Amino acid sequence: MTRRFDSFPYLLLLPAFLLTLTIVAWPLFETFRLSLTNASLRPGEEYVGFENYIEIFEDDFFEVIQRTFVWMFFGVALKLIVGTIGAVLLNAALPGRNLFRILIMPPWIVPIAIGVFMWSWMYNGQFGMISGVAQKIGMLSGPFEFLAHKNSAFFATIVTDVWVGTPLVALYLLAAMQSIPKELHEAAWVDGASRFYRFRRITLPLLAPSIFTMGLLSAIWTFNSFDIIWILTEGGPRGATTTMIIDTYKTAISRFRFGEGSARAVMILLCLTAFSAVNLMLMARAGRKAGAK
Amino acid sequence: MIDKYKWWEKLGLYAGILVFLTFILAPFAEAIMVSLRPLDSVFRAPYRFYTPDMTFDAYIEMWTSVPQLPRYIFNSFFMSCAVTLLALICIIPAAYSVSRFEYRFRNGILTTFLAINMIGAAVLIVPLYKLMLTLGLLNTYWAMIIPGAAFSVPTGIFLMRSYFLRIPKELEEAAFVDGASRMYTLWRVILPVAAPGIVVVSITVFITAYAQQFLFALTFNSIDDYHPLAMGLYQFFGREQVVYNQLMAASLVGILPVLLLYIFLQRYIVAGLTAGAVKE
Repeated sequence: MTRRFDSFPYLLLLPAFLLTLTIVAWPLFETFRLSLTNASLRPGEEYVGFENYIEIFEDDFFEVIQRTFVWMFFGVALKLIVGTIGAVLLNAALPGRNLFRILIMPPWIVPIAIGVFMWSWMYNGQFGMISGVAQKIGMLSGPFEFLAHKNSAFFATIVTDVWVGTPLVALYLLAAMQSIPKELHEAAWVDGASRFYRFRRITLPLLAPSIFTMGLLSAIWTFNSFDIIWILTEGGPRGATTTMIIDTYKTAISRFRFGEGSARAVMILLCLTAFSAVNLMLMARAGRKAGAK
Repeated sequence: MIDKYKWWEKLGLYAGILVFLTFILAPFAEAIMVSLRPLDSVFRAPYRFYTPDMTFDAYIEMWTSVPQLPRYIFNSFFMSCAVTLLALICIIPAAYSVSRFEYRFRNGILTTFLAINMIGAAVLIVPLYKLMLTLGLLNTYWAMIIPGAAFSVPTGIFLMRSYFLRIPKELEEAAFVDGASRMYTLWRVILPVAAPGIVVVSITVFITAYAQQFLFALTFNSIDDYHPLAMGLYQFFGREQVVYNQLMAASLVGILPVLLLYIFLQRYIVAGLTAGAVKE
């Protein structure tokens, strides 16, 4: 049979291709182009070379980068820890576990913004639940506005982010845990291995790839996270919660400095490219490993 | 036997579950309590979880303070449905293409979609804003639907692909032998078999779109009639004196439909979210 060009598979790709081209690929290209201009809401833009980049590094941009990574690190680490513990708890064969599994998902299902409204009230110093309970048990001596102080606002946004992201991590790891063959546990159990020993020697090693995958995905989502910080603090107080995404949005959309905002967006894209590179590399390695077996 | 717990193990597990669920559900519980209080009782220190002056007044008053609430709820649903539909039109053929045909660039295309997955919409907000401005789509439903769909296409393709890969090739070959065209085969033979997968993909896209409408609405829309729930209530939230009991009441009523949907469709949602965790 002669091989001739078959256009059918390409035609099938067309709708997805067109949509992604317009909404992702072209804007990606535009971001780079705009970052070298002084574009604003006014029509007409001039090429300004690397001026925007020089400008952002004259600001406290290194601080913003550092803050973004610290924010992401705590967010992802806590999501993985709390998510793994949650998955272990929900995996236990206890009466009521189906109900518990249903009950953990709401933070992920409801619009993120709505969940954040609720948290913003929880963080209220005078009347909110957290400050109130902390005062009652003596951890705080008086009302404390969590969102008004630099450090507490930083961690408050992390806690809310963990709240939004943990259900998915827990659910994903629970599914991975349930795909571990039961025979392994039974064999170890017959040999008299304790529950904790089995967890450490069977569950955890077999779960590790899933935890790793989830960690990478979480890192990307956390890095791109916008709603939570915007609604809780808009990047404040005094910039304490301004991550790279918030910083870009403020520059570009709130102040209509498209050029400078694009330069900031390019910095984000560089970070994301690094993530993707790591991700693809690790996936290729995992693929080779699987192939070798 | 192996799953048998000693009493103190059970106690420990239940205590752990209690702490975990408290963290997850506390904001909802507090929102319910606040929504059931008169405003002067909401702003009262010291903090008490339960106060005896509970009333449903906020649930009645909110319809006059947030007159557009039904509209916001409708908008949220309408836009999520539109996003799902548009995304499916792109996802299904594309996923079929990459799972069934061998051609040049196929792996390159898959890798590209994987990479796109990492870019959040907020990063591309400037050119997207300019694009919507140029196309005259600012302040329309489209400005929120099109980007929403575009950003869910990559994940959707991967998810849908995993379902197509499970369908035996013999099915199509049989159809070809019977003289069916390839389009007919996809439409009449493959899609019905892939229906469970399509349901999972649709629900996953819907839930994601529903949860993440805020950014597009905040940036691309300023017409109140088109706002999704999150944005509609955000305006209310941004006022000088936030009427918290009504905000919480409106939030809870607003999320009720999707929570009910979640309870009924739970199985599919879980299947979509955990795909990839289970090795085949």
